[in-house]
Amino acid sequence: MKPPPTFARPLPAKERTDRPRRAPLVSAPLVRRITPWLVTASFFILWEIVCVVFHVDTFILPKPSQIVVSLFQHYPAITANALQTLYTTLVGFALAVAVGLFLGMLVGAMPPVYNGIYPVMVGLNAIPKVAIVPILVIWFGIGTVPAIITAFVISFFPIMVNVATGLATIEPEMRDVLRSLGARRWQILRKVGIPRAMPYFFASLKVAVTLAFIGSIVAETVASDRGIGYLMIAASARFDITLVFAGLLVVALMGIAMYEVFAYVERRVTFWATRGNEMLT
Amino acid sequence: MHKLESFVRLANASLAYGVEDKEVLAIDDVSMTIREGEFIALVGPSGCGKSSLLKLVSGLHPALRGEVIVDGRQVTSPISICGMAFQNSTLLPWRSALDNVLLPLEIVEPYASSFRRRKGEYVERARGLLRSVGLAGFEDKYPWELSGGMQQRASLCRALIHEPRILLLDEPFGALDAFTREDLWAVLQSLWIEKRPTVILVTHDLREAAYLADTIYVSSPRPGRIVSRTEVEFARPRTLETTYAPEFIAKVHGLRERIAH
Repeated sequence: MKPPPTFARPLPAKERTDRPRRAPLVSAPLVRRITPWLVTASFFILWEIVCVVFHVDTFILPKPSQIVVSLFQHYPAITANALQTLYTTLVGFALAVAVGLFLGMLVGAMPPVYNGIYPVMVGLNAIPKVAIVPILVIWFGIGTVPAIITAFVISFFPIMVNVATGLATIEPEMRDVLRSLGARRWQILRKVGIPRAMPYFFASLKVAVTLAFIGSIVAETVASDRGIGYLMIAASARFDITLVFAGLLVVALMGIAMYEVFAYVERRVTFWATRGNEMLT
Repeated sequence: MHKLESFVRLANASLAYGVEDKEVLAIDDVSMTIREGEFIALVGPSGCGKSSLLKLVSGLHPALRGEVIVDGRQVTSPISICGMAFQNSTLLPWRSALDNVLLPLEIVEPYASSFRRRKGEYVERARGLLRSVGLAGFEDKYPWELSGGMQQRASLCRALIHEPRILLLDEPFGALDAFTREDLWAVLQSLWIEKRPTVILVTHDLREAAYLADTIYVSSPRPGRIVSRTEVEFARPRTLETTYAPEFIAKVHGLRERIAH
């Protein structure tokens, strides 16, 4: 596991320089950069060792080395299905961003709307998404559309809640500063509300994009003829457990890649929020 | 310009928070008249509705009873001729010091409609103001890169950039250490002498009130009522030396005795 990148904030410069100095063997930034790789590598090495030492059956738990081999053997099929999953995930996620941002602003800026809409939203969020896939299949047929919709449904909620929270928690004094200048509601929203909600929004994107993967794959495993989820179901039907694990590995890698993309965007766009301890989430 | 004798007038004004039957009275039956360009301080125990008085004058909160008149007009909604500064600097963390100071010009007319066109001119004005409070060279720093005292300096600039006729200060130096606070008294005094806005300063630092104000009002515990009004005659500009003079100490002592705590 790597340290959670969003919430690890640098100490204020003052505290950092006040600390007594000891010459480290490896510089701190380098340690920060290599630790995730070391931990990940150790994880797979340990896995390999356990499989070899305890003679674990490939059918139960394949060795990482076997998984990698399988990955290369089924390279064309995996790529095609991974791209399909990536496609449904990103389309569903894009919808989730649009709808989540819009509803979050509506709900955050207008407390009565918040009040009215919240129970419905919480209820929707509590429904296991796997349960709605059959309904989606009846509506749209097997394939791409249910996967997109499941990815959307599962990932828009954290975006909406975060944006709403960012807007609803504006310090009353900040609002007063603008109101005393005669600012209109939309001016307060534009000058304070939206910029202030941005760190919440970008923090939610990282979580939401990984959720969107889960949504897509759940839909693909239940009802699809394409995608990594389908590939894994098909492989397990053939008792090719190694290929199932290869699929899982690909999903994990895509998840990490997307997470990192949005973590990077977050750091660039909302650098001002990652300074002290002021962010709540 | 002719200075109004009665620029801000409160007549039997009361203010309450909460709804109908659970109302909490914060200000009760306050009357005062403030000249244009006068610097008044409002002191009193905490929770006595001092900040509420600022909300009343700025129009952020309506009066329950009585009248609030600013510049000859009854206040019913936020008036845009005032600048405010609070104990927390409330600077926007995603804007540099300079952009924070420019904020009021993006909202208040007549600046807002010409903001794009005359931005260069406004930026120069903001830089000048920041320089005058000793923040030259810090224009592009973000608020979290500034010390508490610097943030308050920037906050004062933001409150003054649109040349408001009333400056409302809610314990602006309350969170600062004693030395920084005394520095900022001098900064505020010279800004006031230069621009002469009407100032209402809420504080519970009696020395601060006596150093800065022309007139000091003492408020009772909640609900706030005005229990005394004291004129401060010390010559301007006042300095730290002033605060060690026996008359000054006697004045502060006299104020202290009027505060029920």
